[in-house]
Amino acid sequence: MKFQTFQIGGIHPEGCKISSNQPIEIMPIPEMVYIPCAQHIGKPAEVIVQKGDKVKVGQLIAKASGFVSANIHSSVSGTVTAIGPIPDLSGVAKNGITIKVEGDEWLETIDRSDTLLTNVDDIKPEDIIKLVSDAGIVGMGGATFPAHVKFSIPLEKKAEALIINGVECEPYLTADHRVMLEKGEQLLVGVQLIKKAIKTDIAYIGIEANKPDAIELLTDLSRKYQGIVVVPLALKYPQGSEKQLIKSIMNREVPSTKLPIDVGAVVSNAGTAVAVYEAVMKHKPLIERVVTVTGNSVEKPSNFLVRIGTPVKYLIEKVGGLPEDTGKVISGGPMMGKAATNIEFPVAKGTSGVLIMPDEISHRKEPTPCIRCGKCVDACPMGLEPYLLSVYSNKKMWDEAEEHYIYDCIECGCCVFSCPANRPLLDYMRLGKSTVMGIIRSRKK
Amino acid sequence: MSNLFTISPSPHFKSKTTTSSLMFGVLIALAPAFLFSLYFFGIGALITTLVSVVSCVLFEYLITKYFLKQKPHVCDGSAILTGVLLAFNLPSNISPFIVIFGALIAIGIAKMCFGGLGCNLFNPALVARVFLLISFPVQMTTWPVPIESRTSYLDAVTGATPMALIKGGQKAGDITTIANLPSFNEMFLGSIGGSLGEVAAIALILGGVYMIIRKIITWHIPVTIIATVFIFGGLCWLINPVSYINPIYHILGGGLLLGAIFMATDYVTSPMSNFGKIIFGVGIGIITIIIRNWGSYPEGMSFAILIMNAFVPIINRKFKPTRFGAKK
Amino acid sequence: MDNVIAISIAVLCVVAILAAIILYLVAKKFKVEEDPRIDQVTELLPGANCGGCGFAGCRNFAESCVKSLEGKFCNVGGPDVMNKIAEILGGQVSAATPKVAVVRCAGSLDCRPKINNFEGAQSCAVVASTYGGETGCSFGCIGLGDCVEACSFGGVSINPITGLAQINESVCTACGACVKACPKGIIELRNKANKYRKVYVSCVNKDKGAVAKKACSSACIGCGKCAKVCTFEAITVENNVAYIDFNKCKMCRKCVEQCPTGAIKEENFPPRKPKEENPALNMPSQADKIPQNNNPEPTNIEVLDKNSEQLNNSKPM
Repeated sequence: MKFQTFQIGGIHPEGCKISSNQPIEIMPIPEMVYIPCAQHIGKPAEVIVQKGDKVKVGQLIAKASGFVSANIHSSVSGTVTAIGPIPDLSGVAKNGITIKVEGDEWLETIDRSDTLLTNVDDIKPEDIIKLVSDAGIVGMGGATFPAHVKFSIPLEKKAEALIINGVECEPYLTADHRVMLEKGEQLLVGVQLIKKAIKTDIAYIGIEANKPDAIELLTDLSRKYQGIVVVPLALKYPQGSEKQLIKSIMNREVPSTKLPIDVGAVVSNAGTAVAVYEAVMKHKPLIERVVTVTGNSVEKPSNFLVRIGTPVKYLIEKVGGLPEDTGKVISGGPMMGKAATNIEFPVAKGTSGVLIMPDEISHRKEPTPCIRCGKCVDACPMGLEPYLLSVYSNKKMWDEAEEHYIYDCIECGCCVFSCPANRPLLDYMRLGKSTVMGIIRSRKK
Repeated sequence: MSNLFTISPSPHFKSKTTTSSLMFGVLIALAPAFLFSLYFFGIGALITTLVSVVSCVLFEYLITKYFLKQKPHVCDGSAILTGVLLAFNLPSNISPFIVIFGALIAIGIAKMCFGGLGCNLFNPALVARVFLLISFPVQMTTWPVPIESRTSYLDAVTGATPMALIKGGQKAGDITTIANLPSFNEMFLGSIGGSLGEVAAIALILGGVYMIIRKIITWHIPVTIIATVFIFGGLCWLINPVSYINPIYHILGGGLLLGAIFMATDYVTSPMSNFGKIIFGVGIGIITIIIRNWGSYPEGMSFAILIMNAFVPIINRKFKPTRFGAKK
Repeated sequence: MDNVIAISIAVLCVVAILAAIILYLVAKKFKVEEDPRIDQVTELLPGANCGGCGFAGCRNFAESCVKSLEGKFCNVGGPDVMNKIAEILGGQVSAATPKVAVVRCAGSLDCRPKINNFEGAQSCAVVASTYGGETGCSFGCIGLGDCVEACSFGGVSINPITGLAQINESVCTACGACVKACPKGIIELRNKANKYRKVYVSCVNKDKGAVAKKACSSACIGCGKCAKVCTFEAITVENNVAYIDFNKCKMCRKCVEQCPTGAIKEENFPPRKPKEENPALNMPSQADKIPQNNNPEPTNIEVLDKNSEQLNNSKPM
């Protein structure tokens, strides 16, 4: 088997995929769910229910407030008890809807049977985008970009290929892996639907070499469909990043400040493809997702199918409780995930995993002087110079930072990972990037 | 929950490589060369290296603690490495006082005056070596004869190095007449006169391969230096074999391998991007051959590296890494 | 030999003449016409390049002053410097009330306990962009000292006991660098009153009362008691936090006594006379715990006389 990959930079962190053999378990519905209004990139959704309203599973409770926004549906049936601040992992309460669970009553329009529907011929592309938009589907890899925006190709551009991201290059996370293994058929139908929506004939499914079972299964299943190619990829972080994945699979470089569609590619996560299948064929909105709950000292690392809004506390109880030596709880993977201040925060559409790190590895080491070894330069997948950019950002030299393309940074963390002097390069670069982006935006006005 | 959660921006994962692990990696890579030199120069090699390392560490500690008033961090291994590299650039029969003086120059002037670890423009060990070469030309250019001088230290039997022999031949006008030039085999294994660490080509290459495998250094600098010396030296030799020596002698003789593998690749004083490293390597190779063939010193490596060190900031500015999605 | 010396001298002379010509031509070609007054004004300015005037540095400020003096004021130099500049340029100095920076957070370590440990780059801006902060209050002082770094005069420090930024008023020039540096917008420039006296709400927490109070015992809970008691309409309560307008405040200090959490601070006032104090309302002020850089003014008869009117006003109602 030939493994493709991208050329510039990249690192090889330990895989630690300890939960990869755990089948997806269905998480029991909690007593209360907290559904945030901003689970996607773009404007937060507008709440359309009121305190005291009865809602059913799948009922629209917050409406997209613009094109780049997404609908939010109730993931449980019960009574809305509050609209207002709900816990968030950052410690700052966010706006959201609290629902007290009563039974499990679904909207009648949702097809809850397991029958696989594969006939996509009669569905029009516009309808697919409409249904995806109605279902509130967002990119489920973690970036949470509304899917209908991505699938609506601007007139002057043409999608040449669809790329399905089954890379899951973050260590520890196995949610996409399990989805590909257990919902392979649905995934492929979803791929057919997305292909139709974006009017392209070819789809590549990129899977990294550490998931041979998924590569084998999907290669087998895809023989039944026209124009789906499974591309095995060599292990390298951050291959799951859009730009790197397009380079790996299509050998095309998305130019700086441009989007994947500019080189004719649309990238979508494996989980998103399954959600598209469910939305279009089964009329089921995005109300649940697969979440990996893992960590070295976790009793039973698992993959759960969780209703959106379930507090993470329940998931942790289910894997055997928070271990004694917990030092850090991370929402997402160890490379790009966010450290949480509490475990009350709810699972959102973009929560791909909850990683519980023991205290001994959750501390940063004392930074020492930069020895100018250039390891960050070698590791940077965007070909930037992190050692320089972090200094510019720290010294507030925004013009110089811009000249050195700080806005190209994808915040993958390769530089910090490889720095022998434990310097907090990305902390400063992230700050510099957002400041420089702000300066560029204000200049355009 | 008794203990509080730790919060930090991503990434939460870190490779195990640290500054000290890199420095000790280089020291491990230098071990074979040291063993060879113990075999050839015996007690002198041991004393010189020990004196050099101890004094470098001591100076670093004293300067950071009492001059810069900082927390001394000698455990990062950089001072030890400077000490070993300085010793490797000295003849084994040199007086310990000269070694201590060299250590003071290396740590005090070449490193700490610029702001300590990571800030120095020039390779500290090489600055010290060149300083000593100019200040003590006699002591620095009388090399003990290998094996014979194993048990003696300051009173070792001395002889000339291959590079000095060749320079003598060049001055006389015809290098083909040089007698007792060592064979390639002897040069490869190191039974020749020379500085403590530079004699055994095989040990140095072994160390280099180890460092490349462990990803302590990249291949760019050593390979380009050796290739440039081979090509440029070879051209001169092809044009005029009477005045210029076979390029293999250039590569195996003198401090070239030590310089190419261990001195030029010093993180702090070498360029960041891979293309910059290649430019740096080519520059060192060309300057070395120019000095060796047409200069008055038999050895050009140290000067070449120091000259190119001065160009590193410009190289870093000019030769950026290949950017993803750069407009072509 | 003579020949050699002669040639050497000749060559050197030629080189010198050539160099002189080149220098002359270059100087001619790249000559920049500049108003000489810019240099004079720059001389007068403090030269700290603090940026408090809104310009990148003192020279930029001088350049703009030469164009027009209107609305220009150097806080650091003060009226003296501005008057001298006006003498040179022949304009009118715009009046400016002297100001001083004030840190509006009293959430010391014992008021708002840490609920997590931050281990990243030691910068307030990084913390602010990462998450809510180490304590339950996401509005308060982070205490990593971006303001300390921003101050060119050494006027800001982090108090090791409270973990909060504090201003050394005697060196503060109200340049505003710390105001810009603070990612939480806690530091504010307020009018500099006699003896640095000030009355201000030392909290910017916009959370609802209960939430704010839970996060920090000295938070403003937006109860509005202070606004009711104020006879000068100087206090407004917006977004669950009170604000005292320093232009309207007459420093009667009635509000200080009203505040249930002690979020309103009075600083640098002489101690109240015991007979005027009502024990029920005499809350132990948080300000007393915070060690001040400049000692509270010693009780001074003259000062008391001057302010006797204000003191009388501050009798509990």
